[in-house]
Order: sequence, then C-alpha cells, then structure tokens
Amino acid sequence: MKSPVRLERRLEQPKWLNWAIPLISLLGALAVGAIVLLLTGKNPLDVYQRIFERGFLSTRALTGTLRTATPFAFTGLCAAAAFRLGVINIGGEGQLYMGAIGASYVGLIMGNSYPVGIVIIAMVFAGMIFGGMYAGFVGLLRAQFNTNEIITSLMMNYIAGIILNYLIFNSLSYWRDPRSAGFPSGKPLDKRAFWPSYDIGGVGISFGLILAAFVALAVWVLYKRSRFGFEIGVIADSPRAARYIGIRTKTTIVVVTALSGALAGIGGASQVGDFTHYLDAKGLQLNSFGYTGIVVAALARLNPLGAIVVAILLGGLTNAGYSLQGPDFPSGLVGTLQGLILFTAVAGEILMKYRVKRNTAAKKATVAS
Amino acid sequence: MTNTIAVHMSGVVKRFPGVVANDGVEFELRRGEVHALLGENGAGKSTLSNILTGLYRPDEGTIELNGAPVSFSSPRDALNAGIGMVHQHFRLVETFSVAENVVLGNPDTAFLLDTAAINERVKELAARYDMAVDPEARVWQLSVGEQQRVEILKVLYRGAQVLILDEPTAVLTPIEADALFRTLRAMTAEGRTVIFISHKLDEVMAVSDRITVLRGGRTVGTVDTSSTNKRDLASMMVGRNVEFTRVQRKTPAQANDVVLHVENLGGHDDRGRDALHGVTLTVGRGEIVGIAGVAGNGQRELAEVIAGMRHATTGSVSVEGKVLQSGKARAAIAGGVAHVPEDRLHTGLAAGHSVEDNLALKSYRSSLLSRFGLLRRQAMRDGATALVERYDVKTPSTQTAVRLLSGGNVQKVLLAREFSTGPKVLIAASPTRGLDVGAIESVRERLVEAADGGLGVLLISEDLDEIMSLADRIAVMYEGRIVAVIPADKADRETIGLLMGGSQLEATS
Repeated sequence: MKSPVRLERRLEQPKWLNWAIPLISLLGALAVGAIVLLLTGKNPLDVYQRIFERGFLSTRALTGTLRTATPFAFTGLCAAAAFRLGVINIGGEGQLYMGAIGASYVGLIMGNSYPVGIVIIAMVFAGMIFGGMYAGFVGLLRAQFNTNEIITSLMMNYIAGIILNYLIFNSLSYWRDPRSAGFPSGKPLDKRAFWPSYDIGGVGISFGLILAAFVALAVWVLYKRSRFGFEIGVIADSPRAARYIGIRTKTTIVVVTALSGALAGIGGASQVGDFTHYLDAKGLQLNSFGYTGIVVAALARLNPLGAIVVAILLGGLTNAGYSLQGPDFPSGLVGTLQGLILFTAVAGEILMKYRVKRNTAAKKATVAS
Repeated sequence: MTNTIAVHMSGVVKRFPGVVANDGVEFELRRGEVHALLGENGAGKSTLSNILTGLYRPDEGTIELNGAPVSFSSPRDALNAGIGMVHQHFRLVETFSVAENVVLGNPDTAFLLDTAAINERVKELAARYDMAVDPEARVWQLSVGEQQRVEILKVLYRGAQVLILDEPTAVLTPIEADALFRTLRAMTAEGRTVIFISHKLDEVMAVSDRITVLRGGRTVGTVDTSSTNKRDLASMMVGRNVEFTRVQRKTPAQANDVVLHVENLGGHDDRGRDALHGVTLTVGRGEIVGIAGVAGNGQRELAEVIAGMRHATTGSVSVEGKVLQSGKARAAIAGGVAHVPEDRLHTGLAAGHSVEDNLALKSYRSSLLSRFGLLRRQAMRDGATALVERYDVKTPSTQTAVRLLSGGNVQKVLLAREFSTGPKVLIAASPTRGLDVGAIESVRERLVEAADGGLGVLLISEDLDEIMSLADRIAVMYEGRIVAVIPADKADRETIGLLMGGSQLEATS
C-alpha cells in the first residue's frame, strides 16, 4: 500500500509561499469548520457571511474588531518573538495580566498629577517591565536549568490569574476600588490617564493598536536587520554554531523571553489605558488574549508585521462571535475556528518545507508486481 | 570443544550511500574464545557487528551460526538465536532499577513483575560472572562501569551465547576494565563466546585469544594472540608500504617562531570527564603540525579548548605570546584562531542560513559589517560575492542555504570564511573527511598555501596518509595525552600506529 501522493523536500522556499500558505491554512480551517456546521444543521455559507458582516462590514463592526485586535496584536508579537528563537513561550496570557497590573498601578499613582504623555509612557514601560520580568523568569529557568518553558510559562499563566484575583477579589489591595459596593472591582484611573483614541472615517482606532504597529516594525527590524537578530537566527538554526562563534546563548534566551513577555505586557497596559481604565480582573481572564496570540503568531508565520494583519483578521472573527452570540449562533464556533486555524497553520508548515507530488513511481511499481 | 565454529561470516558486503563499509569481510568465531576485532575508526568493525546482530542486512555474503545459515531481520531475531550486543552507548532506562532494566523488552516476562524472583535471578547471574551490582539500585545511581555490567546482564539474561562488546573499555577506568576482563574470562570458561571490538593494542593483547584485523572494510587477517605482537598488529591495522609523497613546500616552516603555544592543557569532555591531560604543544609560523590518533582520544576537546568553545581546566593557550581567555570563542577568534571543526555543517556553519550569512558568521560584529547594532547587508553581500568568487564556491547564489551545497562547497565556504578573518593559527579537524577526491585535493592545496603564507596549522586527522604527506611534525594523541612528537621525515607508519594504539615506545626508543 503506497499512498497516491508523496512529499518531496523543497530545495528553496519561494517567497510567495509566505502569504499563500497562511491563506490556504485559513481556507482549510473554514472548510473543516463548514463540515462541523453542516453536521449541526447550519448553513456554513450563511454563518460565514454573517461573521464577515459583523466583523468587517460596518464602521461599528470595524471599531469593535480593531478593539479586539489590539491585545491580539501584542500577544501575537509576544509569541512570534519567542518562537523565532525556538523558545515556546505560551505565557503571553499571564504576561499580559502582569502588564495590566503594572500599568494600572502606575496609572493610578501618576494619573492625576502628570501630563498624559508622561503617564502613557510610564504605563507602557510599567507594562513592559512587569510582563518582561514575569517572562524573564521563565527564560532564566530555561537557560540555566533547561526546564521546559512550555510547562513553566503555562503554569505561570495560572499563577498570574490567581494574583489578579487576589488583588481585586481577595484583598484590600491598592488596585481594588474601596468604594465598589457589592461586587469588588478595580479602582478607576483618573481621566487624565486614559489613552487617546482616534476617529478615522467613523472607525475608532485605539492608541494601543497604533503603538502595536510601531512595535511590530521595531521587532521586525530587530529580527531582520540587527546584529542581535542575526544571533537569534543562528541560535535557532544551530545551537552548536552559536557556541562556535561565541554567542552568549543563555543570555540571549533570557533577554528574548523577557522581551517577548514585555510585548504581551504592553498588551496588558493597553487594556487598562485604552479600554477598561481599571484593573479588570474578570475581563482580562475572560478572553484568552494570550492563547489567541499563539494562533496569531502561527498564522503570521512568526512575521511581526504579519502578526498585525492576522490579529485584525482574528479580531474580526472574535468580535463577530461576540455580537452574533445567541440561540442561532453556536457560542463555541469562534473558539473552534481558532483552534482549527492553529491546526491548519501548523500543518501549513509542512507545505513550506515540502511539496506534494503525485506518486507516479509507486503506481508503476504496483503495476509491475 | 573450543574448535567448534560458533559463527562464520563470509564475503560480507555492506554499502552505504557513497561508502562501502564492509567489502568482502571474512570472519570466523570459535566457541569459547575471546575474539578481538581490531581496526581504526571506519575500518568496518561496527558495521560488521551490526550485521551480526541483525541491525543491518548485508548486501552480499553469508552468515552461519553453529554451521547453519541464518538471516536476521532485527536485533530481536539475533538475540533469540543467542547473539547479543553490548553497545558503547548504553540503552538503559535511568529511573528503573537494575533488575527492571535487565528484564525490559524480554518477551518471557510476565505482565506483572515478580520483582523478588527477578532480583534473585539477576543477583545470581551477576555473582556467577563476578559482576558486583545491586539489582535493586536505580540505574542513574550507578557508575559508568556498573551501568555497563547492567548492559551485559541484560544480554546474558536473554541467554546470549555470543556477546559482542563494542569498545567496552572506552568508558571504563583501568580497574573497571580489569574487572571486565575477569568477567569475560568467566563467560568463556562456560563456553560462551565474546567478540571484543577495540582499537587499543594493549588490551587486545591482554584479553583476546584470537584477533581479526579489519582495514578499509576488508579483513586483513586473523591471528592467534599468542603468536603475534603489537608491532605486527599495528602495521596490519594501519597498512604498510603505502607509497606517499610529502608535499613540497614553497616556504619552509619556522618551528622556532612559535605562533600557537599550548601549555599543560586540561579539559573535560561533554560528560564532564577529563579528556585532556596536560597537553603541551607548539606550532610554528608556517608550520603544519599533524595530530594523529584514533577518534575519541581527546582531539575534539583539544581543538575546542584552543578555539575557546570549551573551558581549559588547567594550563593555557597563547597565540603569538598572548594568552587567550579560556572558554571564550570570541576571544579566540579575535586572537587569530581560525577553526574548521569536525562537524562542518552544524558547528562550523549555520546550515539553514545563506552562504552570505555564513561567510559573515565571524565578522558580522566588525564595523565593516554592522553599525549601531544593525547589519550592513550590502557590505555583507559584497563581501560574500567576493569570497565566493575567490574560493570558487559553486553555489546558485549567495542567498542559497549552505545545507543545499555539496560537501566540497560547504567546506570551501567554511575555509573561505576562516581565511578571511586574517588568522594566525588554523585548527583544522578532519578537514577532508567525507569529501570526494577532487575536493580533498583542493582543501589540501589551500592548507599548504596558507601555511606557505605563514599560517600555523594544527591538522587533526584520522587519515594517517594525510598527516604524513602534509605535516612537518606529527604529534600522536592517546587518551588525552600527546604521547609523542615526531618530525614527519623521521616518522614511519608502524611507529605511529603503535603509538595510536596506546603502546609505549619500547619499540622506537
């Protein structure tokens, strides 16, 4: 029994594959999703059309989509930055919480006494430092003791969730609003600490999303054009070659993991500064921003600029899911589609490396025998 | 009945892509003997034993076990027929106990282990062959010598009559090795048969009854240990009377103008054991010093310590009088040490990166190729184009990944880069291994040319012909020591072969 097709290793990877394969992956995920929908008695074309409308086809839809895309962009950059080194940091979720904790602290302290520009910068840096240090610990464990960062970063997501809950629900911390009667909530930021948003043709664009685009550009330059990025590439390609030319691999692992966490941390800061304006312990944990970031990075093939585009795409999907949720729209559909996208995006890597050929030789052999 | 033939292998041929590992090997094993299989690395010893244990199937030839032809398709077949192998690299589950490891994979083991009974049997077996090991100990707690006993017990437990030990003493201390030899004797006294694979002459002489020497995939001959000596074995092993010509040098070496001085160097291997013991060595300007030795005697560690990839535990390395910081590859590179490592594609190069990136691998930090932390891609491209031209690298473009290039071109990229850094010393480890004849020629020409230009070259090679034709002086390494340094024009293969096999120089002194 020979399979009718075989995989042949590609000698070169043509550039067009970089966008063609994510597209095929996306379509593949939609196709499999359609089967699921058919099995549950829904018309897939109808459902997809509604998703598209509610995600992208009105100014209101687009505003919501870009809002949802903002944290995805940061967590997507977080995952891409670490994955490029071969460090599988899936702790974007927890690092984003920590960023939110740091940024809200700084926002609360500085909000009513400093100009908004300074407060924003301070909040961004606080988010980076909190997220970065939280991830840096994972990097340190990996570099020093060769612990599996997938497990440590995942576990630290739960710890970060517990810390969030503690700060708002289980203690009278600085973050908790003492005036919140009944259900505990975070202390609101002073209006002067709110991040600006811009109205372009009726579509609201948050400061955070614009920041994400610039950060993506910076990350792209870092990886593609800088000496440090060159070293990261060598480590990822061949650790022994890195040792051979004297690259400090352990330091690089710690720095890159911390940088990756810092990117998720800005995402957390943006949640506080752009949208909620207080430390929203419940809301932050509701949306799995960090895990969606992994899907974003995978579909963007770890390209930081691609991550922004993919974040908006998935933002649309998720946003449509929110607004369509109801008796005739399965609530698990968006999650299912995201899972399928991750699946097909990872599978798409095989098409990057191999080409599918019809197995003509095998056919001849079976005829002969 | 020591004359009964246990195993007879005849006309065994095994080809791998590009290599004929066994080329008509004849091998005959008598029941109850310790039969040594002697040869240099790459002589075909491991291939032959892998064929006998069913791991490979021979392309041609026959195997007879106790007079009946057999054909094994897996190690399990061979084991069922009574042939077991003790590998050089252990295959043990570290968190399991000794007894559990011994019964692991044994088809007769019941679903529920009767631990007490198994422990008892293992203990009994161990005692019978004089192997001290506690059946209940966890494998990770054991010394390397003890772990090896577990491997032997595994094979004995399965009832093997023929045991193959692949370089068993490589990991042992001398005392452990003596204990192993006693165990082997106890086994043969009971009628079991042992194939002892080694390249160490002393221990082969000490432990074996007969010796079969392989060279280049062929059987050179089988001799009785009692009627041979180390000198004869050495010349059988390395070959005799091969005509070779010493390369004519344009500029003579200046051994007294020392560029590389290695003083009392010590270093660990990857497992943290001492691999270098007080190595002292000099290389003069324009001199090629060859390091001869069987692989695994510290050559790789020596190269890596000099190149700063590995810390020196004792001693120092200096280039033109300046001591290099130990364990810092960048310090070695800056100090003028070029290094062509044994594993070109994955150590010397980043295989997935382009020719351009790889040519810049050691100079990307220079102000020529980067500024303010950013790479100057155009300069990298221009530099790569020039080097590709000058060293005649056959590549579709400078953007092609090096893993796509042929072996000869891979080595050209590596050499081009190393020479381009303006080195004072070159450490070249097996620089021609695996290359085709034309590429070998061109690499050797480059080395000689560089030496003519004043570069000091430390040439580490298992190819004795290569060393004898290129080197000005030859240092022989054995078990982490330089056992002799001989001027090339006074060196003969026999002496070097003896030294490589660990014999002290009663013959030459």
